[in-house]
Amino acid sequence: MKALRNYLDSVKPNFEKGGKYEKLHSTFEAFESFLFAPATTNTGGVHVRDGVDLKRVISMVILALIPATIFGIWNAGFQYYNVIGQADSATVVDCFLHGLYIFLPMVVVSYVVGLGIEFATAQIRNEQVNEGFLATGLLIPLVLPAGVPLWMVGVATAFSVIFAKEVFGGTGMNIWNPALIARAVLFFAYPSKMSGEAVWYYGDAVDGHTGATALAQAVEKVEPVSFIDAFIGIMPGSIGETSALCILIGGLFLLLTGVASWKVMLSVFVGGAVTALCFNQFGPDTPIAQLPWYDHLVYGGFAFGAVFMATDPVTSSRTECGKYIYGLLIGFVAIVVRVLNPGYPEGMMLAILFMNTMAPLIDYIIVESNVSRRKKRAIAK
Amino acid sequence: MSDVIKLRKGLDIRLKGRAETVYGQAAEPELYAIKPTDFWGLKPKMAVKEGDNVQAGDVLFFDKQRPEIKFVSPVAGQVSAIVRGERRAILAVVVKASAAPAPVEVGKLDVASASRKQIIEKLLATGAWTYFRQRPYNVIADPDVKAKAIFISTFDTAPLAPDYDHIIRGNEQAFQAGVSALARIAPVFIGARSTGASKAFTEAKDAKVTLFAGKHPAGCVGVQINNVSPINAGEKVLTIQPQEVVAIGKIFADGKLDFSRVIVLDGSQVAKPAYYRTTLGAQLTTILANANLQGSRVISGNVLTGTKVQADGFLGYYDSQVTVIPEGDKPEFFGWITPGLNKFSASRTFFSWLTPSKEYDLDTNTHGEPRAIVVSGEMENVFPMDIYPEHLIKAILAKDIDKMIDLGILEVVEEDMALCEFVSTSKVPVQRILRNGLNLMIQEVG
Repeated sequence: MKALRNYLDSVKPNFEKGGKYEKLHSTFEAFESFLFAPATTNTGGVHVRDGVDLKRVISMVILALIPATIFGIWNAGFQYYNVIGQADSATVVDCFLHGLYIFLPMVVVSYVVGLGIEFATAQIRNEQVNEGFLATGLLIPLVLPAGVPLWMVGVATAFSVIFAKEVFGGTGMNIWNPALIARAVLFFAYPSKMSGEAVWYYGDAVDGHTGATALAQAVEKVEPVSFIDAFIGIMPGSIGETSALCILIGGLFLLLTGVASWKVMLSVFVGGAVTALCFNQFGPDTPIAQLPWYDHLVYGGFAFGAVFMATDPVTSSRTECGKYIYGLLIGFVAIVVRVLNPGYPEGMMLAILFMNTMAPLIDYIIVESNVSRRKKRAIAK
Repeated sequence: MSDVIKLRKGLDIRLKGRAETVYGQAAEPELYAIKPTDFWGLKPKMAVKEGDNVQAGDVLFFDKQRPEIKFVSPVAGQVSAIVRGERRAILAVVVKASAAPAPVEVGKLDVASASRKQIIEKLLATGAWTYFRQRPYNVIADPDVKAKAIFISTFDTAPLAPDYDHIIRGNEQAFQAGVSALARIAPVFIGARSTGASKAFTEAKDAKVTLFAGKHPAGCVGVQINNVSPINAGEKVLTIQPQEVVAIGKIFADGKLDFSRVIVLDGSQVAKPAYYRTTLGAQLTTILANANLQGSRVISGNVLTGTKVQADGFLGYYDSQVTVIPEGDKPEFFGWITPGLNKFSASRTFFSWLTPSKEYDLDTNTHGEPRAIVVSGEMENVFPMDIYPEHLIKAILAKDIDKMIDLGILEVVEEDMALCEFVSTSKVPVQRILRNGLNLMIQEVG
């Protein structure tokens, strides 16, 4: 450890202004602060500071994603063996290894493309590399179907990092969740490749086995997958989104560490449940409108969106009161899109992106009400 | 019975090195300094030259814009140095004492029969007017302005802060005399701790007492103002600390100008944290003999709002506390992923939240690098005022003056928002941003 520190100190001058590798300054700095928390001390203002920093927060998000990721890898492999008709003979290890074979290249592409752009922009702007993408880079493959070609992963990542994040000023300045933008780009730019059943699995299906997601099936028949199966998550879908159980474990960890807002998480589920219940009671007599409310919460990307996407603090409402409104409306919009637009059953992504857009408006209204209350205070006297 | 206001938001930073209520011994130092830098926006004009002999209470310098506001020497002696910084700005006026500090006779004044004008003039003449700070902006008070109220917070909730109940002991009558004098200038509001506060505070006459329960910053006078009688546009409020009230009480009741102050020396680098009797502007060398200064930072004030001083530095004008903590200038291997049982954090990302009463030996490391604001709600959690701190900070960064006023900049000063800076995951320099905003306000609005 000491040797490593000495080595870093010895090569550091090469990366500073005028050094040989001056153009890699941000890159060096990122790796150095990854290995060693910097020795900077407080000047002016407070003399002591809280132990937490952005690296710590992002690390917690990545830790929280681990259960869903591991399950997702296994499930991707299992779905592969399922559609080729060998589900019975494939062992857990087989499924996991094949899942890795599908998932690992997606992760590598996402991180290489995304971090490459991040490092380059940090260098151009002469800023430090921001940690935000370390979570986004894992989230992108998790919200994509297993059958997506790798070049599409790369295109989507590049588009979202550049146009959803860096043009706004980088992590903390973006309006929309970058991982969801990556998915949205693929859905709208390559509809032929991203719709239908084939995209949900990897490989060629044999007759009689379908890769259709639970939500796609729910358009035609009531409760195609039982609640408990959907909760555990052995079904086709985006890699990380199928297991509500694993997502909830991650969600509990996020709540325990206080990284995600319980207000947002809870209100998304409440908003979704209440809206689905209303459709059950008063909605049209279509299978999807009659899908029980609890199934809505475990089908498709609802749970994943509620736990990992809606709670992104940058793109969510920033006032405490606004978080309830923001969350409730995400749940509401997601179910409305699912039920009333059978051509596009997955409403969660659109709901979150739509509410990302609306979040500043919610905050504006809440802050303005505070301002006018404070002004009235002066007049009332 | 007084009202009790319970504040739910806030954070107590549990530092090692809290002082017992005992007095330590330290020799009187030789040097004393009054530092114009302790007063925001002050443009000092010197009344003495280097080498001049002064008596205690003699004017050292005054406010260039309002010459009636005087800053006086706390001891008799010789002006040994006028320390200047960039562009010849005066940083400190140092007096070398020729005799031990002692109260100066200034003549009694009966508060009950004196007019408001006479009281203010007495305070101006003795230099005691400078004990007030005026909100908005936390600047030296303007004697011509009719203040809406005078607020006194009688307890300090900052980390390792001094206990005013202890400091005030023996001076209860002088405190009451001070309050009665202040009450002639403007209505006096006292904020006291809800449990166990000295009767000198909770049963003070000529003042409205409000009790506060809660974590830091419940003891910050700005928070108390916001909860009792918030500052609206155009209003001015004066604030003053208990020891200064005692000094004012002694002027009117005893006719004595007394510069003695009690301070607490604490922090993890102090073997026996204790209280010390000293004098306004005293050099800290003799008191700091009781601290380990190797690899340490000496702070005049508390760890959130205090000023870094050298080991031969001077006590800040408004400070009743000197804290010594270790410097944190060492890199930490994989600092961001350790379980962090030894790290204090308001967030629960370190598992130290499982040990809620543990005390911590915090150093001055930043624990991370500055980033754009990402985490939401953390500042709100430690800011018990009817103001949105993050939106205010952003309005200041955007230099949008109308928005700053709307969002409450007139009600806050640095100490009220210091915890917002402490908890910031993105290491936002909240106090510096706020001071820039306040300076911009003074410049553009006045």
